[in-house]
Formats: sequence, structure tokens, C-alpha cells
Amino acid sequence: MSSSILRRIRIVFSTLVFIFFVLVFIDFKSLIPAKYINALMFLQFIPSVLKFYSLKTLAAGSFVIVLLLTLITGRTYCSFLCPLGIGQDLNSRIGGRIKKKFRRYGFKKPFTILRYTILAATLVVTMVWGVYMITLLDPYSIFARSMTYFIKPVIIIINNFLAGILGKFDIYTLSNVPVKGFPLIVYSIPAAFFLLVGALSLTKGRLYCNMFCPVGTFLGLISKISLFRIKFNETACTRCGRCAMRCKSSCIDFLKPDVDLSRCVSCFNCIHTCQDKAISFGLVNFKKKVHETDESKRKVIIGSLLLLFGTSRVSNGQDKTAPKPKKDSTVRENRTCPVCPPGGVSIVDFNKDCIACSLCINVCPNSVLQPAFKQYGIAGIMQPVMDYHKSFCTYNCTKCTDICPTNALHPLLLEAKKLTQIGKANFIKDNCIVKTEKTACGACSEACPTKACHMIPYEGNLVIPEVTEDICIGCGHCEFACPASPYKAIFVDGKAIHAAAKKPVNVQSDIKTPVEFPF
Amino acid sequence: MLFFKRMRLCYFCLLIYSLQSLRNNKKKSCIFRHLSKNHFINQFIKIMKRRDFLRTSVGGTLAAGAVLKMGGFDKLWSSAPPAAKYDMVAVMGGNPDAMFDLGIQELGGMGTFVQKGQKVLIKPNIGWDVIPDLGANTNPLLVKRIIEHCFKAGAKEVYVFDHTCDNWVNCYSNSGIEKIAKAAGAKVVPANSESYYHEIEIPGGVKLQKAKVHQLLLETDVFINVPVLKDHNSTRMTCCLKNTMGMVWDRGYWHSNNLNQCIADFALYEKKPALNVIDCYNVMVKHGPQGVSKEDIVSMKSQILTTDWVAGDAAAAKMLGVAVEKIEYIPIAHKMGLGNMNLDSLNIKKIKM
Repeated sequence: MSSSILRRIRIVFSTLVFIFFVLVFIDFKSLIPAKYINALMFLQFIPSVLKFYSLKTLAAGSFVIVLLLTLITGRTYCSFLCPLGIGQDLNSRIGGRIKKKFRRYGFKKPFTILRYTILAATLVVTMVWGVYMITLLDPYSIFARSMTYFIKPVIIIINNFLAGILGKFDIYTLSNVPVKGFPLIVYSIPAAFFLLVGALSLTKGRLYCNMFCPVGTFLGLISKISLFRIKFNETACTRCGRCAMRCKSSCIDFLKPDVDLSRCVSCFNCIHTCQDKAISFGLVNFKKKVHETDESKRKVIIGSLLLLFGTSRVSNGQDKTAPKPKKDSTVRENRTCPVCPPGGVSIVDFNKDCIACSLCINVCPNSVLQPAFKQYGIAGIMQPVMDYHKSFCTYNCTKCTDICPTNALHPLLLEAKKLTQIGKANFIKDNCIVKTEKTACGACSEACPTKACHMIPYEGNLVIPEVTEDICIGCGHCEFACPASPYKAIFVDGKAIHAAAKKPVNVQSDIKTPVEFPF
Repeated sequence: MLFFKRMRLCYFCLLIYSLQSLRNNKKKSCIFRHLSKNHFINQFIKIMKRRDFLRTSVGGTLAAGAVLKMGGFDKLWSSAPPAAKYDMVAVMGGNPDAMFDLGIQELGGMGTFVQKGQKVLIKPNIGWDVIPDLGANTNPLLVKRIIEHCFKAGAKEVYVFDHTCDNWVNCYSNSGIEKIAKAAGAKVVPANSESYYHEIEIPGGVKLQKAKVHQLLLETDVFINVPVLKDHNSTRMTCCLKNTMGMVWDRGYWHSNNLNQCIADFALYEKKPALNVIDCYNVMVKHGPQGVSKEDIVSMKSQILTTDWVAGDAAAAKMLGVAVEKIEYIPIAHKMGLGNMNLDSLNIKKIKM
């Protein structure tokens, strides 16, 4: 095909994908059901790989589809499905509007050493230590974080502004949504990448994809042997160089003329721009190309794939023996362990699978999920942690476990979630209003959904809280409600390995249905 | 290009706006902490309110001072409610809506409390994210019927809100109140953000002299209090007086500054309910105010309508089988002259359906 219809298809398709992604991440009222979000996340490469690694079932291995797609059509994933890629295209377009210079790309040499070093380092770090490099560099995560940290607050502020105006006219269809900021330091990494990717794409096209992005580099390796690719009709080509100028990946050397397939993201701009109709997208000429393929490189690919899945299983087996929960503490706000969201199973497991994409932070209706700063250690920065000073975990909710794209949070049925003990409440009598002020309070027990925190007789007419630990699920409503300050009189200490809480037992009251008014 | 210039302008405005809020913000740990406040829009209205306020608060202080001096004269305060036939009507044995029909008829119809063209605030308890059968929230049928009566009496607008304890969106929808109230024509208003609240003063308050109340309490003409009777873990009972905690922003202050006294203090505030309708249909007798399961509920199929909320609370306490003196805020409110907890001295009509 040599017409520009391919380009048009790409633009329409990628625009739709991008719009859906943006909608998911600015959906501050959680209007989009989890199944649509899951469908959208289905083909995201890194989340899918991690989900496969965690579940080890083929059903989760949608990344294979991406690999096959790449094998057939080259890096179409980068142009059609990657939200960061599409976002960069959009930004490049904006850049081109601002300055003519920004839309002239031209051929550039590949950053071969840099990109393969990053890919190798990412693979090694992921296999040996965990997902930390992926967390930083995965394009989906970068996009997701940019939306959550920077775009969503702006949308909410606009919403609040409109809600305020409408409220004055007695219309309450929009409601004010309190914006709860994250700890400042946590903004640094998303801000750095937002600016880096933004600046690079504004001025230089797809440079991030071909310099840093491990997914791009990896798919680039595969696309070198792809079946369909950009082809030149050398007799028709007049070497005008228009295609090279329009190539966002700067990968067309028009003098040869040749395309660097490892960098080409199949955007089809070159086909569209070629006036001689010398460029087409078609099946590779086997006789010539098979001869050219480098066997050693294929081995590297296969080897790295094997390494990725083989050794990671081994290392996973080893890590099962890792940290056990420390002793339950009774000392004043002595937090031994952060509270990991339900479905995380254990902090170690969770930290290994979470790429800090912030989707869960986004959908949490109570904003109790906050990006961690140092709770999980520096490697777990930006991963979600329960912050009971901000809010509490809603009893009737499994949103975060429903949408986690990497399966770092395993899906939980509502009944199971209600019995998942992610932490335990600790009562500090010396901080309690009832003891210090000698007045009634009970904010904690009022809030407790299981009545693990209940009131027992104290001095005179007063009652004071007590915690039944085995039915506490660690939702943090007690800690959030406790008015004691600066130290809370009740706080939830996380469990390194989640446990099953007992079901609260309840018996029918002795009070009978009245027949007469008692007054 | 034009588009970009506009975008730039927009961003610039937002930037200035956020910087301004940042400067006002003393806690700098959270960037966007203050941005939800619609400073600009509210400014004008606040100024207007402050003016009103000066007038009313001076008057209020004098009045409250007088009340305090005279002490035990129980019904001095109740100048506002018009001549209803009874102080209290108690109905038993029907559905919530049918019982209300009967009860309000005995009190002379909704027209006694709501005049034509008035704005009415109905304040049910929507505090918890549970279904209606679990009795943690006011019965939606009752709320619906009250709204209908208000419109029948010529109300211009009826508003419903509650400052919930659980997630407000879930509470509004799972309680069934949002849907049924909207269908009945009322406006269901959010109360989840501090920007909806305005500071008021409570002259004569012992512990609570200031509170931030929902703007609708200030803007409406008639306030109808529709609590649900429930056990409460620390105050022993939640009903009329305690239902007002759903109209203020900072409940934590109440909890940490003598909860019982604060509950009574807030009843001093000038805007008092014209009518209290106590939902005793499904009564949570233990594990209140949230409840754990159906075992906490006793079906009492009753309803109490009263213009005196202290009396309402006293009657409710008896329904729950708790001695009135045990519920500390009731005697406190009685002593402060906010109502009469001695049911014997009241004109009560009891009806069985």
C-alpha cells in the first residue's frame, strides 16, 4: 500500500486510544467501569509482561500479541497503542506549529550504545532486584503518572471552579472535589520525566522512544525481522529528502535510501509525504533480507527472553523466604511497617510487581492511596501506600484491585476484601481523649465497620475504646477519625504479609418490638 | 496559533490562581491543598454574610444572655415554631410514609411549618455507606414523603444533604436517598468539601463558640431535621441534636472538646429546626451508629414528630430503653433552656395505626 490511508488509520486509531487513556486518568469521579479500564490496559506491554510473570497463565500474556504484532508489522505498538508515544506525537505536532525548525527532523545516527545499555540494565535490574528501572522508564507508567500528578489536579481545579459558579445558581450537578496533594518530594521524578519527554518530543520527535525507552528498544530488536516494513522503490525515488525531514524517529537515510527498522515506529508519515510514491509499506523481500539477518542478534533476543522469564522464576522462588512481619508493637505510634493496599498479598510481592503507574491512586474514591516516598524504601518510591492521615479505605470497595494492570494488586471479591487484614489497629490509651480529657469521644469506634474497635466501660458514665485484633482489617477509618493530635490515639500498623481476618460475630438483640410507646 | 495563545493565557491564569492559594496556605506540604476553595466566587457572598452576621450576632448574644440568666424557663426559646396543636405526635404501626402523613396532619399539616415560596432544608442522616434495611441512615421513603409535603405546602425549593462519615458518593447512592429525593423534586446537594461551609458564631456556647456550617443552613428559610434513631457507641444515642453534626465541617473538634457539651452548644445556634421527624422504623439498638449486620436492628415501626428537639431526644431515649440522664447532652441542653426533656409536662398525641 502506498496511499496515505495507512497514516489516516493510524491517526484516527491512536487518537481514540489516547482519548480513552486520558479519560481514564482524569476520571476523578470514577465513572468508567473497571472492565473498560482493564480492556484498555490489556495490550499495554510492560503491565502485561508483569501480569504474566505474576499469574503465569497464558490468559494474562497479552504481551505475546504485541510481540506477534511487532514481528509482523514492526513497531506499530509505539504509534498505535502506547499512550506516551501518541502523546509525544501530539506534542511534536504542537512543536511543529510553534516553530518550523521543530518539525524538520532529518536523519540522525542511532544512540546504539546508550539504548542497548539501558535495555540491558533494565533487564538485569528487573531480574535481579525488581521492577525499579521499569518503574522509571516504562512509557505507560510515565504517561500514567504525568496524568495523575499534573493533568488531573488541573481538571479537578477547573471542575471545582465550574462547580462553584454553578452552585451560586443553585445547580449541584457538579460537586466540589477536594484536591489532596501528594508529598512534594514525590513529584520530583514524574516532573523530571514529564519535562524530559515533553521537551524531547516538542523539539526532536520520538527521541525518548529511541534513546531511553526499554520497550521501544526491545520492540526495535524484534521489528528488525518484521514481515511488513517501510520499503523504497529506488528507481522512483528522487532522493528529495522530504521523507527524512518528516520522520519523527529520524531513522530514514534518504541518500541510500534506507530505513533503520529498529527505530521506525510505523507512523507512515513518510509514505504520506513522498511525492514520487516511492515509499510503501509491504511484505519484506525474503530472498534478500533473510540473508542479511544477523543470527547472533537473534540469539541475544531469545537469550534475553529466556533470561527474563527463566531466572525471574528462580529469583521469585528464593524471595519467598524473605522478610516476615516484625512483632506487633504497643508503643506510641510505633509504626513498624507501611500499610500496603489490599490485594498486595505481601509487601515484598507487591513491591516486585508494582510499576508505580498510579492508576490505582487515580481510581481510589477516597484518595487513601498515596504515592510512597520512603515507606517502602527508596526503591519503592511512588508505589501506592495507604495514608490514613489523608483518608481511609472504604469498606465496600475493591476498585484498586480490580484495575491493577500488572497484577501487583490481585483482584479480590468484595467479600474477600472485607476479610483481608492489611494492618491492625493499635490503641494508645494515654493519647485517648476519653482518658486525657475525661469526656466522651468514640470517633474511632463509630467509624469502625467491623466493630473490631468498640467501647468498653471506663470511669463513671464514660466508655473507652478497645480493639479486637482478629476482626480488624486495618482499613484505617479509626485512625483517620481519631481527633487526638499530634499523635493519634489509635493507629494502624501495616502487615508485611496480609492475613485473613475473622468474620465479626453478631447476635440478635434482646430488645423486642414495642407494642406501646414507653412514654 | 490563536489556540495556543489562549491556552497559554489559561495556564497563566491557573498559575496565578494556584500561587495565590499557595501563599494563603500555611501548611506547605501539600501543593493543592487549598485550591478547591473558590475564593473569588465566595468572596462577595462572604462579605454580604458578614454584614448580616454583625446584626444577627449582636441580637443573638443579647437573647442568649437573657436565656442563660433566666435559666430553667423551659420554653422561652421556642418563639419561632407557630401554634401547632401538640408538642409532640408519636405514631406507631405503619410504613414510614403513611405514619408521616398521619403525624403531620395531627400537627396541622405541613403548611404550619412551610410557607409558600420558602426554601426548605431537609437534613436526614445519610452518614453511612449501607443499604436502607440496615437502619444506619434515615428511611428514604420518609424523606421522599416529607419532600412531597413541602412542595404541596408551596415550598419553592427543597434541599437535602448530609456531611457523611463514609465516602459521600457511596452514601448518597446506597442509602437510596439521593435517587428518591431527586425523583421527588428535591435538590440533593454535596457536602463533601470545606468550600461549602461558612463560619458562624454560637453566642453562649460553653465549648463550641464557632463552627463552620453548610451554606444551605444559612440560605434556606425552614430547617426540617429528619434523624434516624440509633444506638451510639459513646453518647449512647444519636437522634435530633446529634444529627446536627452532619451540618458542620470539623467534627473532630467536637469529639476532642467534650462531645456532649458541643452537641448541646450547637443547639444554641439561631437556626433551629421548625420540625423534627424522628425515624424509628428500623432502630439500630447496638453497634451504633454504623452497625455491623441485620442483628443490630429492631423493627419498631414508629415515628415521632416534634417541634422541641430536646423533647424528641428524650422520647427517643425511652424508645431505645436508655435512661434520659445517661445521655449526657439531653440534660445539658435542657438546663441551657434549649427544650424540655420532661415528657410529662408536654402535650403528646400518641396514635396507633
